[in-house]
Amino acid sequence: MTTPLRLHVRPRGAGGEVEFELLLDVPSDLNYVGPAVDLIAERCRHGALSPRRVEFNLRTALAEALANAIAYGNRQDPSRVVRVRVEASRAWLRIHVTDDGAGFDPAVVPDPTLPGRLEREDGRGLFVLRSLVDHVTFNEKGNSVCLTLRAG
Amino acid sequence: MGFSLTQKKPGVVMVGVDGQLIVGNRQELKQKVLDALDGGTNKFVIDFSRTGYIDSSGLGVLVSLSKKIREQGGDLRLAGLNDDLQTLFELTKLDTLFSIAKTPEEALAAFSP
Repeated sequence: MTTPLRLHVRPRGAGGEVEFELLLDVPSDLNYVGPAVDLIAERCRHGALSPRRVEFNLRTALAEALANAIAYGNRQDPSRVVRVRVEASRAWLRIHVTDDGAGFDPAVVPDPTLPGRLEREDGRGLFVLRSLVDHVTFNEKGNSVCLTLRAG
Repeated sequence: MGFSLTQKKPGVVMVGVDGQLIVGNRQELKQKVLDALDGGTNKFVIDFSRTGYIDSSGLGVLVSLSKKIREQGGDLRLAGLNDDLQTLFELTKLDTLFSIAKTPEEALAAFSP
């Protein structure tokens, strides 16, 4: 890890629902996942979500989304970055994670809790992510995921 | 932040996970446990009392370590999961693969002397 992570905070307001946005570019190196999650969780600590949901649900789900984008989307290509955009309102937090990859079809990812798959080392990322946030959507191409965590 | 390995009784090593077990550090945990396994220890307790979060890569490394340790006639037990981490193991049905004790002391006691 040699590139410092720079988190940009963009106030919104002016009558809109979104109070502020966070923007972060993350190099395609899995060692950046932890520090990137730390930076974003720190800024979200006093918002719509309870501290417990920030420390567990937000951190874990964001780590999953970043790891997927870096490993499968950008294939750990150092010339590519993963873009994170967080929209924070009083009612919810929305996290967009976008890579430069060709995308994938989330509908074809097998259930990792099936008996034949339970002892596999990999394949749980999407399942864990879906379990920890209130809503998950992908863009049509499948290279951008949006995680919504409602207040509370 | 990091992993500490301590021999608590003959043949049993306690592994403390301080902070998080995720994609960026899972390899370090795997290597430390495999080194201890090569050194002759085959009973492990992983203590999550000081762990904030575990991602799917962290879960995966526990699954693969458990398999390797069992192949060598040993056992890996988990302990100290908070309610959120316990729920994560239940959702992924990994609570059916591991012996999970409430405290590290209980997990240690379950290994015969």
